[in-house]
Amino acid sequence: MNRVLNKSSLRNLTGLIQRFQSTLVVAEHNNDKLTPITLNAITAAGKLGGDVSCLVAGTNCAKVVEEISKVQGVKKILVAQHESYKGALPEELTPLILETQKQFSFTHICAGASAFGKNLLPRVAAKLDVAPVSDIIEIKAPDTFVRTIYAGNALSTVKCNEPVKVFTVRGTAFEAASVEGGSATSEEVAPAPPAGVSEWLEQNLTKSDRPELTSAKVVVSGGRGLKSGDNFKLLYDLADKLNAAVGASRAAVDAGFVPNDMQVGQTGKIVAPELYIAVGISGAIQHLAGMKDSKTIVAINKDPEAPIFQVADYGLVADLFKAVPEMTEALSK
Amino acid sequence: MSGRVLVGVKRVIDYAVKIRVKPDNSGVVTDGVKHSMNPFCEIAVEEAVKLKEKKLIKEVVAVSCGPQQSQETIRTALAMGADRGIHVEVSGKDYETLGPLQVSKILAALAKKEDAQLIILGKQAIDDDCNQTGQMTAALLDWPQGTFASEVSMDGAQVKVVREIDGGLETIKINTPAVLTADLRLNTPRYATLPNIMKAKKKKIANVKPADLGVDLTSRLEVLRVDEPPQRQAGMKVETVEDLVEKLRDTGKV
Repeated sequence: MNRVLNKSSLRNLTGLIQRFQSTLVVAEHNNDKLTPITLNAITAAGKLGGDVSCLVAGTNCAKVVEEISKVQGVKKILVAQHESYKGALPEELTPLILETQKQFSFTHICAGASAFGKNLLPRVAAKLDVAPVSDIIEIKAPDTFVRTIYAGNALSTVKCNEPVKVFTVRGTAFEAASVEGGSATSEEVAPAPPAGVSEWLEQNLTKSDRPELTSAKVVVSGGRGLKSGDNFKLLYDLADKLNAAVGASRAAVDAGFVPNDMQVGQTGKIVAPELYIAVGISGAIQHLAGMKDSKTIVAINKDPEAPIFQVADYGLVADLFKAVPEMTEALSK
Repeated sequence: MSGRVLVGVKRVIDYAVKIRVKPDNSGVVTDGVKHSMNPFCEIAVEEAVKLKEKKLIKEVVAVSCGPQQSQETIRTALAMGADRGIHVEVSGKDYETLGPLQVSKILAALAKKEDAQLIILGKQAIDDDCNQTGQMTAALLDWPQGTFASEVSMDGAQVKVVREIDGGLETIKINTPAVLTADLRLNTPRYATLPNIMKAKKKKIANVKPADLGVDLTSRLEVLRVDEPPQRQAGMKVETVEDLVEKLRDTGKV
């Protein structure tokens, strides 16, 4: 009886501590739509147990604020709209986040571990004089996180004793928060004075009708074995049958077959789809780092010794130039 | 321009090595394992040397923080064309907990001391995979940052940087002094030739202690344990495309 009491009072105490947590999620968006990884970051933030607030900074925030106000788990939206947030430059966003932090004293500040989050959060952390934690895959406690090191070949559990925990979240490691049923309130925060040391000039985005690589259910990736950019058409045809995104190994990117934003791996994108089909990819450590958490891995390679077969659930030793069109054909039936 | 570039170089386990987790889960086995310069740092050095060859900057200083062996990494940078080196000696317990926050404090202090115009770093080290040091150094100095750079062009007191972002590329223009971090596509690092390796032996490496720079190495991050990632179940080979498609259909994957 005594033991039971102790347990429940301990639980109450933990609950009490968790109520004092408050997390700021820095929303990533393009002034029109929220970037999906923000939803994964909101789920991670929710696991900390406290209130979750979202900061939306941009030149045009209304639509995104509207979107987040319905996201489940978000309590408050802080909105900062100003011309100086064009291009989401970290030199401009950092002072804003510091101001917000001064006002609300969050215990945690996080964002998705995308190019945006990786660029911004370490700058914020340094200004707060705290060590940030990158690309976490699990939250064990409000101060204890798991992340991968050495290209995903080891898992490091770190305890962060900083007064403010600043971290980025691996999108594929947390479910996306539901975009319905939320009822967040929004409030304006005053923009910080422009720093004016950097200027955003232009963007060249790769246009594609296919699903976005990091959130696609199925990914078809090609490597050096494709031999040319033109041959990637074989993969696009297969991908279209599967409603899949198309990825690539570093070798395929370096050879100029495809643009580098398609690179899957330690230094490219991390994906964890239901189905990953690796075509003409040997399976170097750096590539595996980006896809080995996929639910099912299929490898098509003519070299039976290729390391990719060691992680593949289904391996087909065959010439891809024959096997891929056959597969596209077979899926049409 | 007559500026000076600081290039940060890190000694890491060679990228091709299959690492092993220590049986006591305290970290990764590093003794007797092949080390080399972090690949992204090589790209940073190459870019700095190229800027010098284009006469856009005057001097390239290679900096590494770590134990005695870090000097080998600095020598490699010198052989690639850096003019001199600074070894910030950190060893023992301090080295074990040396992270991006501490390194960025060291780099920021050196940048001021050396009156640097630019700091070029790799975008991430392939051991801790943090991707933080450049951004943090820029923050501490209040300099702008051009991260994940795939193209850098200097134009007077400004740098135009093409950055690799998730959907493609973006171009920004930042004032100097600034911090740049190199992505894979920035350049192809040169091989150090034997004569240059010999010449590099004559170049100077200054030895500095973090305390000389007024940097406190205290870390508030604690690694509780390091584990092997879960192993995947062994898969199967299929004979034909039909078999493959059938298996995927049976398991509901297509």
